Amino acid sequence: MSAAWETVIGLETHVQLRTASKMFCGCSAAFGAPPNTNVCPVCLGLPGSLPVPNEQAMKLAVRAALALGCTVHARSILARKNYFYPDLPKGYQISQFESPLATDGSVSYLSPDRGVATATIARLHVEEDAGKSLHDRVPKQTAVDLNRCGVPLVEIVTGPDFRSPREARAYLLTLKQVLEYAGISDCDMEKGSLRVDANVSVRRAGETALGTKTEVKNINSFAYVEKALTVERDRQITLLESGGVVVQQTMLFDSKSNEVRAQRLKEESHDYRYFPDPDLPPLVLQPDFIAEQQTQLPELPARKRERFVADYALGVSDAAVLTAERAVADYYEQVVHAGAEPKAAANWVMTEVLGDAKDHGDHLRVPAGGLAQLIALVKGGTLSHQAAKRVFSEVAERGGDPRTVAEALGLVQVGDTGVLAGWVNDVLGAHGVEVGRYRQGETKLIQFFVGQVMKASRGKADPKLTQRLLEERLAG
Amino acid sequence: MSDPSESLASAKAVADRVIKAKRLNACLTPPKELRASLAQQAQAAHHSGVLYGMPVAVKDNICTLEFTTSCGSKILGGFRSPFEATAVARLKAAGALIAGKTNCDEFGMGSSTEHSAYGRTVHPTDKARVPGGSSGGSAALVAAGAVPAALGSETGGSVRQPASLCGVVGIKPTYGRVSRYGLVAFGSSLDQIGVLGRSVHDAARVLSVISGRDPRDATCEDRDPLRLPTVPESLQGFVIGIPKEYFPPDLDPGVRRACDRAIRLLRELGAAVREVSLPHTAHAVPTYYIVAPAEASSNLARYDGARYGPRFDGSADVRSLYRRTRGEGFGPEVRRRILVGTYVLSSGYYDAYYRKAQQMRALIAQDFRHVFDRGVDLLFTPTTPTPAFKAGEKLSDPVAMYLSDIFTVTANLAGLPALSLPIGRIKGLPIGGQFLGQAFLEDEMLEAAYALERVVPATEEA
Repeated sequence: MSAAWETVIGLETHVQLRTASKMFCGCSAAFGAPPNTNVCPVCLGLPGSLPVPNEQAMKLAVRAALALGCTVHARSILARKNYFYPDLPKGYQISQFESPLATDGSVSYLSPDRGVATATIARLHVEEDAGKSLHDRVPKQTAVDLNRCGVPLVEIVTGPDFRSPREARAYLLTLKQVLEYAGISDCDMEKGSLRVDANVSVRRAGETALGTKTEVKNINSFAYVEKALTVERDRQITLLESGGVVVQQTMLFDSKSNEVRAQRLKEESHDYRYFPDPDLPPLVLQPDFIAEQQTQLPELPARKRERFVADYALGVSDAAVLTAERAVADYYEQVVHAGAEPKAAANWVMTEVLGDAKDHGDHLRVPAGGLAQLIALVKGGTLSHQAAKRVFSEVAERGGDPRTVAEALGLVQVGDTGVLAGWVNDVLGAHGVEVGRYRQGETKLIQFFVGQVMKASRGKADPKLTQRLLEERLAG
Repeated sequence: MSDPSESLASAKAVADRVIKAKRLNACLTPPKELRASLAQQAQAAHHSGVLYGMPVAVKDNICTLEFTTSCGSKILGGFRSPFEATAVARLKAAGALIAGKTNCDEFGMGSSTEHSAYGRTVHPTDKARVPGGSSGGSAALVAAGAVPAALGSETGGSVRQPASLCGVVGIKPTYGRVSRYGLVAFGSSLDQIGVLGRSVHDAARVLSVISGRDPRDATCEDRDPLRLPTVPESLQGFVIGIPKEYFPPDLDPGVRRACDRAIRLLRELGAAVREVSLPHTAHAVPTYYIVAPAEASSNLARYDGARYGPRFDGSADVRSLYRRTRGEGFGPEVRRRILVGTYVLSSGYYDAYYRKAQQMRALIAQDFRHVFDRGVDLLFTPTTPTPAFKAGEKLSDPVAMYLSDIFTVTANLAGLPALSLPIGRIKGLPIGGQFLGQAFLEDEMLEAAYALERVVPATEEA
């Protein structure tokens, strides 16, 4: 049914900034402390308390804006968003409204539908987080934890740029990658350090005017992004096809039932009565400050991917895998700088290193220098590829220097022609029939002889040298 | 070093004086608690401080560790702040004694101290009259001689207006001169802690102690504490402007006579006096009554009964908890201003009211700049249009009440320093004259006030 319809999605993403302290006070911004322990008069909004902006939060927010290609405004205004809720102790949230920190950015991402695509960033503004209402902690009562109150956030708003739920998801993953790269946020949806709301509408293919949108909230995991948006899109299409109309409202996604339900009108957003916060002077950023944040930005994933292709002659997809996480990309480059051949290093990192990391909490357990040494041992013929994999596991598990470990495990290949000649003699002597067949032209039997030598040497014989010796002997 | 028994004796004397003024209902602190705290404070006071042993009463909307901070409101009845205002901490560090909390209009909203949940404060010389407000408790205590100085706060004249009506000195410093940390917010862009004192010097030395940068208030200027000027021999070289808009034809004749006499004395002191114009003055009160309630509606949102203060409960859901707590906890004037403020910030009305008021506020500030840019150092005006009025007289007419701030709100809107000092009596009731100064030039304003104070017959009929 969806072929006749075009989906239009825009995302509003809230990202917690990775600061030690909160946005407007000195309390710890750490996740997971016992309820209501990271609080003070300021974030509790006690009478007489006043907010003072956290400079580190401003640095990270500006870096986020620059990483997303935004224009950072030298002067922006912190505003109050007024509403009553038990986890909002001041009765307002300090946010930005008319003059946001940054506007007009863009993010290039790989759309599963259209290839490389661009999402526009309409605005990026700073704000403080609210506390948390816990409805399941005390029966029939709502418990409030204010630890999160005042944790710094940026809100990143895209244009209505996505044409499918999976495209929206691809953008979100790219956004996460960029923000993680730049050290701006942990972007952990499960811990709530990245939260996303989506504006969804549909229109008949070919139409240019936007359809009536709904806002989908409560998408609390990356896994649900595509699901929630698909459910809402399908709901709208079904509704329109049966002659109904879409009502502009907020839809809550329920991951258990895989459904969206309209938020009760009572909970609906009302008039927030935004106005400039008189407790906070305009945020004035000096050009030097903004320039300094630009220099603090690392090479971002898209740029790094291109450079890996150019510098290391890697394929685009390999480069994408290697640059997906900054730690992995840095590790890869350390391996190459330690002397490993780039292509071999890429194969090792993508298979053994990432495989091992996946099983061990994303830790890169073998030091880059060690991996480079291991690759050199394979290249120099000291270790077979199979043996090197065993050494890798051993070093990952117990540490140590690859050569020493290989020797201790007895995996070093025998390259001494005298020793090899002994095994070659034994093998040829024991397989007279096959020698005859070989000499009559059945040369593919060479692999059989190599295998027999490997067996006799219990895997230690250098296979290339063995083959050469066999060929010489069989020819003679 | 002072003798401990001596400091105890002085603490007792301070408590006695404050408690003796009980009939004024100016101090909200129960006598027993006041005595105990003063005895403790006197022993802990810093001997080397510049205010050592000086009792200073503190308006009930300024946070203290010593007493409750209820802001004259039921909604904060019994509230004890876990921290103290920067101004209070500085007073204590200078050796001053916090001599109780003073009555005020609820959250500073009022001009008569009748809008207190704890009863009205009585004018020290006529019990049928009001002391002004909202810092009426502080003004009355100082006027009664119970304390030499008290902290008040201003959003639209709440220090100067009661100072004028009670016959004491009241100073509102430049916005950003004194930290607002610990001052319970009413209209944050207008609020400043101010000082009421028996004399210009008593008020000024307290102001000097509490002023200066504070990293806990982003709107507090990064400046050293105010340095006190010496009393000048003359006002030679001073150019004092008399803004004609502050002397309307229907001005109370007694007030006009008192001001004319003061202006004559300023001339005799050597000042050049010239008439000036502040053309947007007429819009100041309407502007103020948009900006201040708008900010108040947001600042007072936190009093919802969920975390602190009394909870007017009995309801299952959170909405009705809010409704009952706020409906019963706030008095009628506070509710009125929250409603006005909510209205002017609403989408659809924001541009017509709040944005327009901000534009007018900028024009009012510009009026002052124009005058000061043309060589005028200070302005002199009446502080209030009349002396103290009768209790109940303006309660049913909010606009009449609001108009008693007509000469004071401009300094708050423009963020300028201003001072009221007694310049005479009208049928026995004190009346104040006002100096309006340039931003952060409190020292010039104080010089003029010192000079005028020495010569003006403040207790004589005008």
